[in-house]
Amino acid sequence: MAELMYWQGILRAHDEEMARDPLVFAMGEDIGVAGGTYKATSGLFAKYGEQRVIDTPISENSYTGIGVGAAMLGARPIVEIMSVNFAWLAMDQLMNNAAKIHYMSGGRIRCPFVMRVPGGTAHQLGAQHSARMEKVFMGISGLRVVTPATPRDAYGLLKSAVRSDDPVVIIEHESMYNLKGEVPDEEFFTPLEGVEIMRPGKDISIFAYNISVHWALDAAQKLASEYGIDAEVIDLRALKPLDRAGIAASVRKTHRALIVEEDEAPVGVGSEVIAIINEECFFDLDAAPVRVHALDVPIPYNHRLEKAAIPNAGDVVAAVKKMFGR
Amino acid sequence: MDATDQKRLLREMLFARRFEERCAEAYHERQIGGFLHLYPGQEACAIGVLEKAQTGSDYVVTGYRDHIHALKSGMDPKALMAELFGKEAGCSKGRGGSMHLFDPDVHFMGGYALVGGPFPLAAGFAKVIQLRGGQEISICFLGDGANNQGTFHETMNMASLWKLPVLFICENNLYGIGTAIERATVEINQYKRVAPYGIEAAQCDGQDIDIVMSHAEKAVNYVREQRKPYFLELMTYRLRGHSMSDSGAYRSKEEVEEWAQRDPIGIYKRRLVEAGVVTEEEFHAMDKAIQDEIENEVVRYAMECPEPRVEDVARYVYTEGGNHHG
Repeated sequence: MAELMYWQGILRAHDEEMARDPLVFAMGEDIGVAGGTYKATSGLFAKYGEQRVIDTPISENSYTGIGVGAAMLGARPIVEIMSVNFAWLAMDQLMNNAAKIHYMSGGRIRCPFVMRVPGGTAHQLGAQHSARMEKVFMGISGLRVVTPATPRDAYGLLKSAVRSDDPVVIIEHESMYNLKGEVPDEEFFTPLEGVEIMRPGKDISIFAYNISVHWALDAAQKLASEYGIDAEVIDLRALKPLDRAGIAASVRKTHRALIVEEDEAPVGVGSEVIAIINEECFFDLDAAPVRVHALDVPIPYNHRLEKAAIPNAGDVVAAVKKMFGR
Repeated sequence: MDATDQKRLLREMLFARRFEERCAEAYHERQIGGFLHLYPGQEACAIGVLEKAQTGSDYVVTGYRDHIHALKSGMDPKALMAELFGKEAGCSKGRGGSMHLFDPDVHFMGGYALVGGPFPLAAGFAKVIQLRGGQEISICFLGDGANNQGTFHETMNMASLWKLPVLFICENNLYGIGTAIERATVEINQYKRVAPYGIEAAQCDGQDIDIVMSHAEKAVNYVREQRKPYFLELMTYRLRGHSMSDSGAYRSKEEVEEWAQRDPIGIYKRRLVEAGVVTEEEFHAMDKAIQDEIENEVVRYAMECPEPRVEDVARYVYTEGGNHHG
């Protein structure tokens, strides 16, 4: 098993799928000659040529639409949006076309379209480069939305997304491209549905996704060593559809739940997970579920303000301590 | 073109007219719901252009005024009327409606409600044709109103840059919904608007099907042989409103009456009568036969076939097996 960085997992998935199927192609801003802002497509231009590794003009909505049209004819485009913030400009093609074509054609036209977007806040990029759009994507019928937290899933989710006949949005993270982790040498596919237990525990379920999985794991370690609280960390991984059974199964075991998300409340992953817990296993709860989330502000530039707006492992520890009356 | 084909074309235009008029009746009888955008006055555009294309092989896409493009592409009128009646036997299984007709079997890739939305889809089809190395072309029919969307400019740029085989047909009916073109657009000659993108273009009368066919033949051959885009503007007029809920307050009765003198069916019929291809009696018999066919076969079928089952409401949100996992 090799240790790869997050971007290398994404690159490997591209390369394997492009080698396998001549109708898999990649497009986006600076992905070809420049190799990709986060290197996730580096070397592909030289290997597969400009017909299949396409540097686009800065026209997010229309190159997304070109990808959607190509998918409707059975090609498998992997469209990269340089930053999730720019995906707002592509929402018409994503939401009105990609997400709805299979349904509104009565199942007659499939749209195996993949959009990759680096999401999340990085470091002092300001309000227009720090959006988290998971709440928007996960509210759209017909889309699948997945969020890799590890190099393994960055590889495995892209593999599955390319093979799926549904449109899939993959939310990566600007701060995680250099994260290292083990990725099996043999080909594998991470399912597009279902949660993964990252750390089993018995006292509380901490639900997280993407970068917040790492905050949750750090918090769980501290809770165990300093407070004797055994937290279970669940990577939601697939935000649409959410794994109702997987969420409920963990809560039935621990009887407590906390959701940590980088996105701001109100409206988001946290509120949705709490609604699911209410609907599926309310009477298994020993305490009201809690959410830890970003503040409801445009992300500020100043580093102290930015830090204050985004949650971290310490916030998770504090919230759990409060739940346990410590 | 011999007399048999001329009579067939006259019949196709008349069928289109009677079909749309019958739709209006069914709408007033509340058998058709939603928004309904009818084509009378513009028949020579879709029928004339697609007469010169390889329907069934070339890919066709358009906006919401899509009934006649679908029919001329080869869609069964019964499947079309059944869709308008919201039936399971409809071309989109009752999930699409008037604005969302689909028939991938004949490469009719849909009607779309968002103005300008199909531009990039058409370029996407052309991208796949290019990757496969086929001889098909992609044909995108939209109105003049669509050319004020960003997708118009973005797609023209990319289609020309990447030499995508797309034929853009602009049916210029002088109004974007209820706003006259000169009140919304600086350059009212639409064909001039693609010059900065290096796309060859022409403008011609869209009411005389012989003129449309002559320009369409050149345009189709250009795209098929040169493997790059072409833009053809057809000057036309809708004799009915934008949709069924049109006040008509934005244009004068005199203007409508003036254009009615240039009704494409009237122009073609007079020419064929003068040339001795068809007699007045034959024309009336043809009209009667068309109306009987629409009533006794098409509408009856649409009325009698069943609606979708309510328990299937969530079917087609995702494809079967869309959760790919190896």
